[in-house]
Amino acid sequence: MSNKDDRRKAPAGERVADWADGRLGIYSLAKANMRKIFPDHWSFMLGEICLYSFIIIILTGVYLTLFFHPSMNEVEYHGSYVPLQGQLMSEAFNSTMHISFDVRGGLLIRQIHHWAAVIFLAGMFVHMMRVFFTGAFRKPREINWLFGFLLFVLGMFTGFTGYSLPDDLLSGTGVRFTQGAILSVPIVGTYISMFLFGGEFPGGDFVARFYSIHILLLPGIMLGLVVGHLILVFYHKHTQFAGPGRTNKNVVGMPLLPVYMAKAGGFFFLVFGAIAAISGIASINPIWVLGPYRPDQVSTGAQPDWYMGFAEGLIRAMPGWEINIWGHTLVMGVFVPLVLFGVFLGMIAVYPFIESWVTGDKREHHILDRPRNAPTRTAFGVAWVTGYMIMLIGGGNDIFATHFHLSINAVTWFVRIGFFAGPVIAFVVTKRICLGLQRRDKEKVLHGRETGTIKRLPHGEFIEVHEPLSQEALYTLTSHEQYAPAEIGPTVDENGVERKVKRGEKVRVKLSKAYYGEESQIPKPTVEEYKEITSGHGHH
Amino acid sequence: MSSQDIPEENLPAERDHAHGAVGVADEKNPFADPGLPPHEHRIQDIDERAAKRSERAVAFLFTLSMLATVGFIASYVAIPHDKSVFIFPLGHISALNFALGMTLGAALFCIGAGAVHWARTLMSDVEIADERHPISAEPEVKAKVMADFRDGARESALGRRKLIRNTMFGALALFPLSGVVLLRDLGPLPEDKLRHTLWAKGKLLVNMNTNEPLRPSDVAVGSLTFAKPEGLEEHDHEFQTEIAKAALMIVRIQPDNIKDKRELEWSHEGIVAYSKICTHVGCPISLYEQQTHHVLCPCHQSTFDLSDGARVIFGPAGHALPQLRIGVNDEGYLEALGDFEEPVGPAFWERG
Ligand code: HEM
Ligand code: FES
Repeated sequence: MSNKDDRRKAPAGERVADWADGRLGIYSLAKANMRKIFPDHWSFMLGEICLYSFIIIILTGVYLTLFFHPSMNEVEYHGSYVPLQGQLMSEAFNSTMHISFDVRGGLLIRQIHHWAAVIFLAGMFVHMMRVFFTGAFRKPREINWLFGFLLFVLGMFTGFTGYSLPDDLLSGTGVRFTQGAILSVPIVGTYISMFLFGGEFPGGDFVARFYSIHILLLPGIMLGLVVGHLILVFYHKHTQFAGPGRTNKNVVGMPLLPVYMAKAGGFFFLVFGAIAAISGIASINPIWVLGPYRPDQVSTGAQPDWYMGFAEGLIRAMPGWEINIWGHTLVMGVFVPLVLFGVFLGMIAVYPFIESWVTGDKREHHILDRPRNAPTRTAFGVAWVTGYMIMLIGGGNDIFATHFHLSINAVTWFVRIGFFAGPVIAFVVTKRICLGLQRRDKEKVLHGRETGTIKRLPHGEFIEVHEPLSQEALYTLTSHEQYAPAEIGPTVDENGVERKVKRGEKVRVKLSKAYYGEESQIPKPTVEEYKEITSGHGHH
Repeated sequence: MSSQDIPEENLPAERDHAHGAVGVADEKNPFADPGLPPHEHRIQDIDERAAKRSERAVAFLFTLSMLATVGFIASYVAIPHDKSVFIFPLGHISALNFALGMTLGAALFCIGAGAVHWARTLMSDVEIADERHPISAEPEVKAKVMADFRDGARESALGRRKLIRNTMFGALALFPLSGVVLLRDLGPLPEDKLRHTLWAKGKLLVNMNTNEPLRPSDVAVGSLTFAKPEGLEEHDHEFQTEIAKAALMIVRIQPDNIKDKRELEWSHEGIVAYSKICTHVGCPISLYEQQTHHVLCPCHQSTFDLSDGARVIFGPAGHALPQLRIGVNDEGYLEALGDFEEPVGPAFWERG
């Protein structure tokens, strides 16, 4: 661009790009990314839903900060909602009432913010399931799995601090619940509670403190994680399902510019539009029905947002044990659920590392597993989800009881037993289903697809005609990897010296057998088997 | 460490190796990767009229979006914010919220639908393959980095000059303490705050609803009365925090039906006063069943038997509700004979 004539001829857009390139090096960046290839599958849109709802939350959240007053000073209500006029309430509640009734469009933005939060967390949950069941968390993507895990957990707390802000009767009850849970922590519980609330519950500080956590601290961390998450997705390139022409060394799909720019950009508007429409139709968190928080009042059927439901279930199902020794109280009934809450979520974080330890596999994996081809992993996942869902039911035990005319006692016992038995049953059943599906795939490869056409053989027997699979289908059904279970290596070394087998090694060999032993996978058809059947006597 | 314990042969053969290079199925390997299937044309790729139809559809959607935005602004200006409409099956809802939501939703949705339709029907749908490259660096790169690092470390002399190293670690480890100390004033120490409430000897029991002091005759059999200590008013600065501990629940039970001895002693003519704050995690208890004298916490269904020392008979609460000792003063009003003897509300470590 040294030549003056050249510069005059270049269109304005190019000149701007040149300017930026001289300072930011955008051409090199664009070279690597503009035509980046993304594979197509419906389940890859789940992550996009999360991203877009996060953006929607931030946009609407900023709007809400323009009107919301994070203060617990008591004021009398004089807004346009008649039933509450003259009532005492915190400024937080008052300003949320103002947003809902006196700011035109304020209610819509509030509802979009809340609906988007609910969808954001649901999206992350399902997205996480997709990544888990397809094995997309394997090397090199373990760190991105952790980023996602952190986003999910932080999202729960951001949601919780958010719906506590309006200081209404329902959310106040949730805050009280949290404070009670904090009190149960041995040794430091009362101190944490005093420090968090600036004294005794509810005090006059928590709304302001939750506010800065909700709008600044947690979203700030989350924004960083989201950006990191996306950079890693770009850097690793997207995974893909097995299929003709798709290998571990390539990525097949369509380019970012223009196809994914249009599809993903368009999808943002679809999600935003859908959430806006939902928020125009379906009310969420109608705080005026609940009224302002009073520690001595409560509404029946109090329920947190869905993503906190499983914590609620844990605390409802746990028997109220208290251990009193040496002048101290260990509040098992509350503390155990609190610990389980952490453990249950923590399992998500550690799983990829456990699996890679069991397999000892250090290679990169870019081809997704079909869930059936990893029966033990799939069974673990379904067991976890079952436990989660049972706790979710437990969190609504009163709703279930009244709705289905059951006794609350029965529902609670169902949940208690289900918490232990449910995951085990789910594990066994899932594994069987996976093995069944593997067998069916093998059958299909070796004997072809059932056509539904019935043929009568000369000697009168009826058979169904099987059609051999195309080469594409054969490849797709046989290309998955199968591990051999690990064995304990030789116990004497080259010099004949006995080696001590470490406990870790024994555990791992056991796990490896459980994962990849005969009971856990159906050996995929071999070329020899296939040839024998196809060349020989055709179908039988 | 782990890779050494597991021999290579336990790992599955990599799929690309297992089936050789991409190729047509042959005698040797019917499972070979046949490679990318040929591209199939869409109708828009071969028929310009179909492409034109797609173009018009996309333009139509974008136009709809513009109209919807005009509709949004018109609704904002024209619809009063307190008008409600009946819309089946939603019932009575805010007209403004409904109109704004639908128009904004349509404006956004149509942009999205247009873009997606454009991408699907008119942009090239030829699949392209991009190469992947291993993420780990080549050994030479790694060797260079390690050498650079060693040079840097050696030049800093951190390993050799132990005194510098140790004092530096010390300084870095200590300074965050200032940050921790600064958090001290987030709140007071617990001390015995959780053990006391506003109740004290001689405080009258004031009816929460009428704001009048209660006489024994005000407490009817079968009803649940809520009370607060005299002198605590809604407008008080500390009202919320004080009522969170002092809220009281009063019922009248036939004295013969009171099973717990102390409960009977602390009652007045069968009138008993218990803390309203659940001992599970602190919800206020609100439901009373008069035949059985059971009260139920609506939060997690802990149930307490008020005729038997308020012991827990169901649910996750860990101990009975604290009872307040009451009597009647000279003027015939119900009064407290002291504070609760044990902390109210959820249990905590120092409770004992
Ligand atoms: C990142 C994830 C976030 C989630 C999951 C989330 C969730 C929520 C939820 C559920 C509420 C309750 C709304 C209601 O029903 O009243 C809320 C309130 C609020 N949020 Fe967020 N939020 C997030 C981020 C933000 C951000 C980034 C801001 C501002 C910059 C923000 C500002 C607010 C404000 C001011 C309120 C209180 C006003 C009201 O309740 O109407 N939020 N949030
Ligand atoms: S707070 Fe009463 S049962 Fe949980």
